[in-house]
Amino acid sequence: MTTKKINISINGFPAQVKPGITILDAASDNGIIIPTLCYHKDLCVAGNCRVCVVEVAGQKRLSAACATPCEEGMEILTNSLKVRNSRKHIIELLLSEHNADCTKCYRNGNCELQELASEYKIMTQDFIELLPYKTYSVDMYSPSIIKDDSKCIRCQRCVRTCAELQGVNALTVAHKGDHMKISTFMEKAMNAVVCTNCGQCINHCPTGALVEKNYIEEVWEAIANPSKHVVVQTAPAVRIGLGEELGFEPGSRNTGKMVSALKRLGFDSVLDTDFTADLTIIEEGTELLTRLKKALVDKDADVKLPMATSCSPGWIKYIEHMYPEYLDNLSTCKSPQQMFGALVKTYYAKARNLEPDKIVSVSIMPCTAKKFEANRPEMFDSGYRDVDYVLTTRELAIMIKQAGINFKALEESKFDRLMGESTGAGVIFGATGGVMEAALRTAYEIVTGREVPFKNLEIAPVRGMEGVREASIKIENPKPEWKFLDGVELKCAVAHGLVNAKTVMDSVKKGTASYHFIEIMACPGGCLGGGGQPIPTSPEIRQKRAEAIYAEDSHMQIRKSHENPEVQKLYRDFLKEPLGEISHKLLHTKYLPRERF
Amino acid sequence: MATSYQLKRADFIFKNENDWEQVLGKILSQNPQDLINELISSELKGRGGAGFPTGLKWKVAAEQPSDTKYVICNADEGEPGTFKDREILQRVPYKVLTAMVACAHVIGAREGFIYLRNEYWFLRNELEKVIDEFEYYCKEINLEFKIKVFMGSGAYICGEETALFESMEGKRGEPRNKPPYPTTWGYLGKPTVINNVETLAHTYTIFKYGAKKFYDLGVQYSRGTKLFSVSGDTPKPGIYELELGMSLQDFVYEFGDGDTKAVQVGGASGFLVPRKKFADTAIGYQGKLTGISLPTGGSMMLFNSSRSMYNVLDNYLEFFREESCGQCTPCRVGCQQLLIGIKAVKRAEKPASYLDKLLRLTETMQYTAKCGLGQSVANSFSSIVENFREEMIY
Ligand SMILES: Cc1cc2nc3c(=O)[nH]c(=O)nc-3n(C[C@H](O)[C@H](O)[C@H](O)COP(=O)(O)O)c2cc1C
Ligand code: SF4
Ligand code: SF4
Ligand code: SF4
Ligand code: SF4
Ligand code: FES
Repeated sequence: MTTKKINISINGFPAQVKPGITILDAASDNGIIIPTLCYHKDLCVAGNCRVCVVEVAGQKRLSAACATPCEEGMEILTNSLKVRNSRKHIIELLLSEHNADCTKCYRNGNCELQELASEYKIMTQDFIELLPYKTYSVDMYSPSIIKDDSKCIRCQRCVRTCAELQGVNALTVAHKGDHMKISTFMEKAMNAVVCTNCGQCINHCPTGALVEKNYIEEVWEAIANPSKHVVVQTAPAVRIGLGEELGFEPGSRNTGKMVSALKRLGFDSVLDTDFTADLTIIEEGTELLTRLKKALVDKDADVKLPMATSCSPGWIKYIEHMYPEYLDNLSTCKSPQQMFGALVKTYYAKARNLEPDKIVSVSIMPCTAKKFEANRPEMFDSGYRDVDYVLTTRELAIMIKQAGINFKALEESKFDRLMGESTGAGVIFGATGGVMEAALRTAYEIVTGREVPFKNLEIAPVRGMEGVREASIKIENPKPEWKFLDGVELKCAVAHGLVNAKTVMDSVKKGTASYHFIEIMACPGGCLGGGGQPIPTSPEIRQKRAEAIYAEDSHMQIRKSHENPEVQKLYRDFLKEPLGEISHKLLHTKYLPRERF
Repeated sequence: MATSYQLKRADFIFKNENDWEQVLGKILSQNPQDLINELISSELKGRGGAGFPTGLKWKVAAEQPSDTKYVICNADEGEPGTFKDREILQRVPYKVLTAMVACAHVIGAREGFIYLRNEYWFLRNELEKVIDEFEYYCKEINLEFKIKVFMGSGAYICGEETALFESMEGKRGEPRNKPPYPTTWGYLGKPTVINNVETLAHTYTIFKYGAKKFYDLGVQYSRGTKLFSVSGDTPKPGIYELELGMSLQDFVYEFGDGDTKAVQVGGASGFLVPRKKFADTAIGYQGKLTGISLPTGGSMMLFNSSRSMYNVLDNYLEFFREESCGQCTPCRVGCQQLLIGIKAVKRAEKPASYLDKLLRLTETMQYTAKCGLGQSVANSFSSIVENFREEMIY
C-alpha cells in the first residue's frame, strides 16, 4: 500500500512527507535537527519541555515539534527569530531552576541540557537563580542509584521509562506548580520502594539527576593495595557496549581491547563472566530437565513449571514485589555474576593458592541492579562477600579515560585462565533470548545426543526484539534415559523489558499459557540494553549491539556451554556434578517476597 | 472605539420555567442536523473562557464515526472570582441536564458526566436527584443515556478540558498535547463534547425560544447574554445576566463605587483594564471590527484607588505559581521567575528595566506554554505592568 505524501515546507524549502508524521521527524528526515529534551525514541511523547518549539506560518503560538503532526501545506520555520528567542528563554529558565554545577556533576560531558546550553551559548544568568528558594535532597539510599532532584529538569522521561518500559511505576510525579517533582510512593527513598534497580531511568535521563552509584575510587584503592589480589570479571554485553564510550560506533566488538585495557588498569586477573554463563547453562539446564522429569514421570504436584530464568537481578526483585507467589518458579541458579563471585573466593582461591580474604572481586556489568544483587544477604556463600564491587560499563570507560589509555590504539589480548574460557553460548547471554538459545543448544543435545535442529545453531525464533517471543521445540528420538520426553513439545517464552515480563506472568497466572521455560530479562533488548550501558540508548542502538553479540557468537570456536573445557574441568576438580552438593551451597539460592510500594 | 452600548440586563438563565419535559420532548423530536444548525445560527460561544463556537463543537463530535462518545459538563469553576456555575447548578440544574441529553442525542453519546468542583460537594445530592429524574425520563422514552457526577479534587488545572479527562481517567491532572482536540480524542480517547455549565444552560434558551431570540441579543461576534460574577470594590457584588457587548464604562457606572481604578476582566487569566481605557473596552469575544474587546469566563473584579496593583499582580502570580500543573518549562519556571522578579524589582534588587525582560518572558510563555494556563499568564502580567508600571517599582 502506498500512502499519499503531503506537501510541507521547512524553512522555505519544500518537502514531501508521510501524512501524520510529526514535525520533529519530518525535519529530521529533511536534514534539520530540532533540539529536544523530553522526547525519547523509546517513550511516548510528552511535549512538556517545550525546547522543540517551531513556528507554523499563520499561527501566533509556536508548536511543539515532537507532538505536532504535519498537515498539508504547513510552512514550518525551525530557526526563526521568534523560535530562537523562545528556545533560548526556555533553556535559560531550565538553567535558572537547575543546580548547574557542571564540573561537579557525574554527567558532565554527556548531558543533553549542558549540550543545549552550550549550543545556544547561554553565557549569562539573567533570570534569578531559583535554587536558594528550594530545598532539594539527594537520595543516596539505593545501592545502585543516586537521585539528585536539584539536577532534574522534570522531563518525566524516567517516569515514562519506569511505567512504559518496565511497568514498575516506582517513579511518579508529585505535587504541582513550583513544587512539582519526580518522586516515589509516599516520597520514600529509592531503596524502600518497588524500584528494581534496573537503571533504565538512568539510561533515559537527559541530565545528572539520576546516576549510578559509582565505586570507581574503591576499585582504584583495591588495585593500589599490594596485599590484595584484584580479580575482575566482565559480562557479555560490556564488550560490545564499551566502545561507544570510547570513540567507537554502536555495535563495535571490542573484547580484545577491553581485556588489554583491564590488564593495564592493574587488575591481577582479567576473567570472563561468560565462563559462569556457560556454567549457569549446565546447572539451569539440568534443573529444567529435573523439573520436567519430576513433573512428567514422578507426577510430583509440587514441582513448579514453567521454570523462569534467574540471571537478571532486576527481574528477581520485580517478581519478589509483584508476583511473590511465583518465586518457586524461579530457577534456583544464581546469576552468572554471583556464581563467579562464589567460585572466585573458593575454587579460584584454592587453585591459585590465595587467601580468600585477600581477594577483591570486581565485576564489570552492563547493569545497575547487579550492584544491588552483590549486596544481597543471599550472596555471601563463599564465606565472604562473593562480589565486592560492581562497576557499570560506563564506570569502566571512566577508569580507562582516567588511566590515560588510548583505547583505540590498544592491542587485543586474551582473558586470563582459570575462569576465563567461554563459548558463543555464554556470549549471547547479553542479548534477549540468549539464555534460552544457549540452554536449548545444551539441553537438546543432552537429551537427544544431537545438535539443535537449527542452521548454524542459530535458534531464530528466540532472537529478535519483539517484546514477547514464543518458541517450541519438539523432542524426538531422545536417548534412552530421556525416553519420557519423546514427542514432548518444549514450550518456551522470552520477554525483555519488565512490562513484557508482566504480560508473560499474567498469562501464566491466568493459565492461558502452558510454557515449560521462560527467559526474562529486565532491560529492553536484554543486558545489551542494560541500565549500566552507554548513554544514549535507542531501538537502533540496541539492534546494532545485538548484531555485535551474535557476531561474537558466530566467531567463537566453541558455541555450546557444555563443551567449555574449563567448565568441564571445574566439574571434574571441584563441583563433581551439576546440582551436586557444592553447587547447592555456592551456586544456588532462594528469594523472598517483598512489599509492593 | 467600542460600540457605545447601554448595559442591558436580561433574565433567561435563572428564569424558572419548569418545563423541561416539554422542551426536551421538542428537542428529541428534531433531527441532530437541525439542532446543530440552530446552535450554529445562534452563534453561541463557549462560556468557559475560550469562546469556541458551541454549534461547531457539537457538529465535529457528531461527525466522528466512533461508537462510543461522551458528553461532559465542566463544573470545575476554578477561575478566581467566578461563582456563576454554582448558582446555575443550584437553581436551574434541569437546564444543564436538558442540554446534556440534547447533546447526547445530537452526537450519539450514551454516557455523560458532570465534573463537579470538589468544593461544591454540597450540590451533589440535589444534583443526583435531578439526574435520577432525567434518567427515568430517558428510560421511559427508550433513550439510552446515563449521567454520573465526577468529583474533582481541587486543582485549578483540572478545569482545563484535557487535564480534566486525565483526572477522570485516574491519572495526574496534566493537560495533553493539542491536537488532537476533545471532539476527536477526548475522555478515554473517544470523541467528547465538553461544555461549561453556563454554555449548556444557554442552549436551553436557544432550543426553547429559537436561535433568533438569542442571536438578537448582544452585538456582532458576541451574541446573547452572559452571566457575570461581579466582585471586589462594588456596592453590589453578585451574579448578573447581561447582554454581551457592553462597554466597560457602562459596566463601571452600574457596578463601581465611584472610585474605580481598574477592572480585572476574566479572572487571574484575564486582563486588567485601567480607568482611562474603560470607554474603549467592550466585553465580548474578539471580532474583527470591535476595537478592544475582552472575552471573559464571567469574572469581573473591581478595584478602587485604595488597592495596590502590585499586590493584585503578586496575588495572581502566586496563584499561577501554585496552580500550574508544573509539567512544562515556560509555565512552571516562568511563573516562579515572574513572581520572584517583581518582588526583586519592588525591593530594588533588580532595575526597573528588568520588568521589560519579564514582559518578554511572558511573551515566550504565551507562545510556548502547553496549555491555556501558561499561555494566559501574559494577560494579567502585561496589562498590569504596562498600565501601572510605577506601582511595580515604588
Ligand atoms: C487553566 C484552565 C482552567 C479552566 N477551567 C475551567 C473551568 O473551571 N470551567 C470551565 O468551564 N472551563 C474551564 N476552562 C476551559 C476549558 O478548557 C474548556 O475550554 C471549556 O470547558 C469548554 O467549554 P465551553 O466551550 O462551553 O466554554 C479552563 C481552561 C484552562 C486553560
Ligand atoms: S545535569 Fe548537565 S547541566 Fe546539570 S550540572 Fe550536570 S552536566 Fe551540568
Ligand atoms: S530525573 Fe531525569 S529523566 Fe526524570 S524528570 Fe528529572 S531530568 Fe527527566
Ligand atoms: S531503576 Fe528501573 S525500576 Fe527503578 S525507578 Fe528506575 S526504571 Fe524504575
Ligand atoms: S502551561 Fe502550565 S498548567 Fe499548562 S501544561 Fe504547562 S505547566 Fe501545566
Ligand atoms: S521535546 Fe518536544 S516538548 Fe520536549
